[in-house]
Amino acid sequence: MSMVLLQLGQCGNQIGQELLELVNTDGRNDLGRPDSYRAISLERFFRQEAGTDAVPVARAVLVDMEPKVISHTLAKAMKSGQWSYGNHSHFCQKQGSGNNWANGFCIHGPRHEEAVLDLVQREVEQCERFGGFIAMMSLAGGTGSGLGTYITQCLRDMYPNSFILNQLTWPYGTGEVIVQDYNAVLTLSHLYKTSDALLIHENDTVHKICSQLMNIKQISFTDINKVIAHQLGSVLQPVCTRWSISEYGSNPLGDLLESLVTHPEYKLLSLMNIPLMSDKSLQFSTFTWPALMKNLRQMLIANAKMEAGIDWQMKLPPAGHPSVSKPFSDRKLCFNTSLANLLVLRGKEVFQADTGILGWSGKLSRKLRLPTMVTRCLKTNLPAQQAKLHPEKCTSLGFLLARAYVHQYMKHGISEEDFLDCFTTVEQVIASYSSLG
Amino acid sequence: MTQSVLVQVGQCGNQVGCRFWDLVLREHANVNKKGIYDEALGNFFRNVDTRSTNGDDTNLHKGKIRSLKARAVLIDMEEGVVNELLQGPLRDVFDSKQLITDVSGSGNNWAVGNRQYGCQYRDRILDVIRKTAEHCDCLQCFFLIHSMGGGTGSGLGTFLLSLLEDEFPEVYRFVTSVYPSADDDVITSPYNSVLAMKELTEHADCVLPIENQSLIDIVNKINQMANSGKSASAIKLQSTLISGQSKVKRQEKPFDAMNNIVANLLLNLTSSARFEGSLNMDLNEITMNLVPYPRLHYLVSSLTPLYTLADVNIPTRRLDQMFTDAFSKDHQLMYADPKRNLYLACALMVRGNVQISDLRRNIERLKPSLQFIPWNQEGWKTSLCSVPPVGHTHSLLALANNTCVKATFTDLKDRFVKLYKKKAHIHHYLHVDGMEQSCFTEAKNSLSSLIEEYNQLDATKGLPVTNMPRLSIAT
Repeated sequence: MSMVLLQLGQCGNQIGQELLELVNTDGRNDLGRPDSYRAISLERFFRQEAGTDAVPVARAVLVDMEPKVISHTLAKAMKSGQWSYGNHSHFCQKQGSGNNWANGFCIHGPRHEEAVLDLVQREVEQCERFGGFIAMMSLAGGTGSGLGTYITQCLRDMYPNSFILNQLTWPYGTGEVIVQDYNAVLTLSHLYKTSDALLIHENDTVHKICSQLMNIKQISFTDINKVIAHQLGSVLQPVCTRWSISEYGSNPLGDLLESLVTHPEYKLLSLMNIPLMSDKSLQFSTFTWPALMKNLRQMLIANAKMEAGIDWQMKLPPAGHPSVSKPFSDRKLCFNTSLANLLVLRGKEVFQADTGILGWSGKLSRKLRLPTMVTRCLKTNLPAQQAKLHPEKCTSLGFLLARAYVHQYMKHGISEEDFLDCFTTVEQVIASYSSLG
Repeated sequence: MTQSVLVQVGQCGNQVGCRFWDLVLREHANVNKKGIYDEALGNFFRNVDTRSTNGDDTNLHKGKIRSLKARAVLIDMEEGVVNELLQGPLRDVFDSKQLITDVSGSGNNWAVGNRQYGCQYRDRILDVIRKTAEHCDCLQCFFLIHSMGGGTGSGLGTFLLSLLEDEFPEVYRFVTSVYPSADDDVITSPYNSVLAMKELTEHADCVLPIENQSLIDIVNKINQMANSGKSASAIKLQSTLISGQSKVKRQEKPFDAMNNIVANLLLNLTSSARFEGSLNMDLNEITMNLVPYPRLHYLVSSLTPLYTLADVNIPTRRLDQMFTDAFSKDHQLMYADPKRNLYLACALMVRGNVQISDLRRNIERLKPSLQFIPWNQEGWKTSLCSVPPVGHTHSLLALANNTCVKATFTDLKDRFVKLYKKKAHIHHYLHVDGMEQSCFTEAKNSLSSLIEEYNQLDATKGLPVTNMPRLSIAT
């Protein structure tokens, strides 16, 4: 079953390229991995072109409003010599979106809808069994967030029965872009209605992972993208699910969404992955399943994304029912309640790993990957997710009240009512998560 | 890829422009080793085959560089400066059809530049600009360079702004204005500046004000470093901001060093749009992020580093020093005190081998000493471009939208009022057709209201950052 990757904007393109590079390297490298695994993995993300020495072509569509990033991404893929993007799978314009969501959504979206959807359709037609879309974008910019939202809506209209997973990158807290909060609120409110699930990665967290766990001194965006790609790969590559114990599951997105998105109101997902460390430390570390399980449980309870530096100041949930509304400031210190969790284990002797320690009969997927390294990751649908939505929503409401930057959005067709609508939607999401208790 | 057109008006504009073209050629020569005409080069130049038989040069879009023509329009009402340019080494870069000159000059009179020459040359200017725009695939931005104190630059230059707004409403207008200092040699410069300010506030998308006094200070500082004679602090002459002309001219002319700095400003501003990097920033993002209210579009700029030491540097320490310098008054291109005033927004454009972690670390370090407006506490816009400028390993351009500019404007207004109260020199202006006394009062009022807007924002300084409001919805 194959999935089509949509790389939108600079961030989406950079991460997408890293993900495909990872999958391809894994697929070619036969360190004790069974052939079937590699074949399925490659089939999911690549297709084979005619010709004996043709390299696999990625099932991906690259979209950006300015050409520099796409040409850089294409060149990087070519340089590896092992895979490439399709010759006509990219769409770009000359002038970017200027970090303006309204520009991406209201102007570029309708203007280029046909061309982009044409490319997508061509990619989908080349899949024997189509498994869904993964759209990768950032929340801060103009193209990824604005145009990306518009394209997701179009995809939903065009393919009403396909799965759409949006992988979103949350910008750094202290501004990469000044209007990032506006763009984020506008994006989330629209995507919530059309997408099946929103998987969020935060630049701040990944940055901390790079600096503390992986000991990288000068962290570049390439490092950050590699970590995100690694995390995505550990979920998206083939696994044996509980429905097909002995062979690899053939409906990755479907399984994922079924396990995690139990209610259409709750679509925000996050990922926890251990272990993450630099290559040098890898030689000196050994892993055992019980230890990893324990770490993961701690991370889950404390809602931490890394196994180091967990903040243990917390209280048990109050006895009594969850409908007792808690003041927001306490939310972070409470025992983390999750809606649904999906545990993916990879590595040797994976079938012997005991998941009882996690204390719940979570849904599992296991698979074999490479014997020298074990990874596990946990995808969760957490109420604490919405904790992040808060501060940035507040900032952007502050902007709106001061009527700052509003003229830039109004120039392209977003009015103040639209802003308020989006704020309301996001508030509702936060409220519904809070009411879970 | 987008293209930008440079419009140089008046003596100051043309001299700065000349330095700009020299430096941009050097930069691209440094990067583009194979001589292929690529999109980065296409931003400011077009590739023509001058041997074509018909009158119009044909544009070549790919392939080897044949002959580069600058996307520029040179306007001056007296011929001396432009002629000199055309006799210098850069003569082949300019197309004779891109020049508009007259003989007599504007006499330091804004009204002559704006009303008289404006009407007279309107059609011709439009024609030239339209032709230049037609050569562009996707024109993104007009860069206007002029001075505020004179007649042509300030009068005709600002006339152009409203013309461009009408003809090309989608194209951004970035203006680099050189403001007169207090002891300017032109007596009527306050009049010219205030009259021009009104146009800038209404018709420009973004203005980068520059003051001669700051440029003089910077040049002196560099010279001091160069001449101080200590062996440890010998600087690489190739890498100073003022060294651009060593390849082009033998003799250094008085304003050359200062003009180089302004040219460098423009280079760094467009670097992320021309070259690739891990976090690109296009020109439309500058206006989007740094201009919260349409009229408050005056950005204080500062450039670092000004020179590189000849010996091997410790990279990390130098890097952090660069960020600290960007926020010190020595490196600003106008006299202002942003640290004591309120930041509305701030952009950091980094070039060279700098990673996101360095950027974040420095932002965290510098944030406590800067005051941001309450509703925009995290108001940073960052960009990383991987191509460093010539002779440096990395550089930083900081653009700040800060309420400190109101001090400069208040000064300007005071000087204007001092002259206007006595109605000195007014008759020269009123002689010109289309100029009336009301123009003066309107301009003054426009400036006052601008200062007032900044004051209002300042009033929010120091207010405690209260819990931001939340929308409450019915559950």
